[in-house]
Amino acid sequence: MMLDARLVVRRAGFILDIELAVAAGEVVALLGPNGAGKTTALRSLAGLTGLDDGHVTLDGVRLDREPPERRRIGVVFQDYLLFPHLNALDNVAFGPRCRHVPRREAREAAREWLLRVGLAEHVRKKPRQLSGGQAQRVALARALAAEPKLLLLDEPLAALDARTRLDTRAQLRGHLASFPGATVLVTHDPLDALMLADRLIIVEDGAIVQSGDAATITAQPRTDYVARLAGLNLYRGHASGTSVRLPDGFTLVTAVPLAGDAFVAFPPSAVSLFSARPEGSPRNTWPATVTAMARHGDALRIELSGPITVAADITPAAAVQLDLALGRAVWATVKATEAAAYPA
Amino acid sequence: MGLAFLVLPLFGLLYRAPWSTLPARLQEPGILAALKLSLLTATLATAVSLVLGVPMAWVLARAEFPGRRLVRALVTVPLVLPPVVGGVALLLVFGRRGLVGGWLDATFGISLPFTTAGVVVAEAFVAMPFLVISVEGALRGADARYEEAAATLGAGRWTAFRRVTLPLIAPGVAAGAVLCWARALGEFGATITFAGNFPGRTQTMPLAVYLALEQDLDSAIVLSLLLLVVSVGILAALRDKWVAA
Repeated sequence: MMLDARLVVRRAGFILDIELAVAAGEVVALLGPNGAGKTTALRSLAGLTGLDDGHVTLDGVRLDREPPERRRIGVVFQDYLLFPHLNALDNVAFGPRCRHVPRREAREAAREWLLRVGLAEHVRKKPRQLSGGQAQRVALARALAAEPKLLLLDEPLAALDARTRLDTRAQLRGHLASFPGATVLVTHDPLDALMLADRLIIVEDGAIVQSGDAATITAQPRTDYVARLAGLNLYRGHASGTSVRLPDGFTLVTAVPLAGDAFVAFPPSAVSLFSARPEGSPRNTWPATVTAMARHGDALRIELSGPITVAADITPAAAVQLDLALGRAVWATVKATEAAAYPA
Repeated sequence: MGLAFLVLPLFGLLYRAPWSTLPARLQEPGILAALKLSLLTATLATAVSLVLGVPMAWVLARAEFPGRRLVRALVTVPLVLPPVVGGVALLLVFGRRGLVGGWLDATFGISLPFTTAGVVVAEAFVAMPFLVISVEGALRGADARYEEAAATLGAGRWTAFRRVTLPLIAPGVAAGAVLCWARALGEFGATITFAGNFPGRTQTMPLAVYLALEQDLDSAIVLSLLLLVVSVGILAALRDKWVAA
């Protein structure tokens, strides 16, 4: 493992305690809601925030007592922090020059990096003359030019508009793929995490709640946050066989027999709505009331209250047929086969 | 009315000036000596203030330590202290029998009072706070995150300060240095008390004006005019910096 770390940071009212291992060439994303501790974790890896406990070991060397300038790291900050008084070339050459590389060589290396990120014609520009996407690329080149063993990215695409983000994300993916060291990326945007990372670590309230590749995590979410990420309805209860009893008494029927603490998840598209109690095979049926309606792609996303709160995706035609409106009473059903159950 | 209060004395000076004899008077040796001495000491005092004051401003702006408020208050004391009192205090410390002066005299044979070096000390004493406050303000305004970025790229604290922070606060430092220089140039009370009024050695322009006032009003006016021109020139040059900042 290139990076092996246990990060413990104690603040008033908040404790961060996570373990992290990243291989060379691997990209790990720390994903989570605001205030989860992701940026604190990144800063402690960089040495900008002290650790109260734990360790940071990079390529066999213990770093936690070293200041940032002695760690072989590269950081891309959320607002880039390009030095305003230096042009792009000198910004990128800054890292090598700090390591006593002679000015000419440093500038040559910087020129190479700027060429690689596609900014050859902008070498003499000052940061304020660069667009958001260009500044982001200069920041990345600057971090990589210092030849770090660990690359840290703090919300690298957050400051960009949607269109630029699309292009920049694709390019960033390429650069991260060819970077030989370990990469830790912090983001609150699941799409960034899914596209850029090999592995996701979900952080909530200072702890890791889930870890794995994107497919595993979204197939079996363990918290509301992840469920929302994956766009799923998530419930937790006690399973006996194919019945899962939820805390307020409501029971969901699934297709997988389990025993003990269990999650049940199903996508909004698995929910069907009827105006009268339906006959037939669906095993989960309950009366619900419409509390919200909104467009969701080609479908309508309906929020329903009742014995359980649920989100349902309905076609506009079906909505018209049911005469759906706020406050309307309907019957909701989910097939047992579509309600996935897995141990908590 | 406030404007009249401030501007009237200046007009009086201009009105009463001996314009016809001005060129001849300007070339009197005493006047030129005083001018050269003033420029020299003010510049040296500013240099001393920069060397001592910038690190002090750094500590005040960035370091956290108990008693920081007290230190900052102490630094600003020369601003409110009557300059003459400052001069007396300097005599007590650096005078021949003073706390530090006695040691200096015994060890190195250096005596500061009534010397040109003494003028520099007196002027630096009253003018340094201007520089410290100006630089501290600039440092507080500068984004400390740039230094963090520099650290992650491998810059030690001194390198980060030299290559990132200093260029970013340069305008603030320059403005502080100019203020410091102007204040040093105009210093009277501390200079005359600590360094005395010896022509060519410690007789700066303000002191020369004071002396001339007792003998030859027109000379005093000429000297005053010179000082006025320099001061107004400084202010005019600074005005853009204030507006830009």
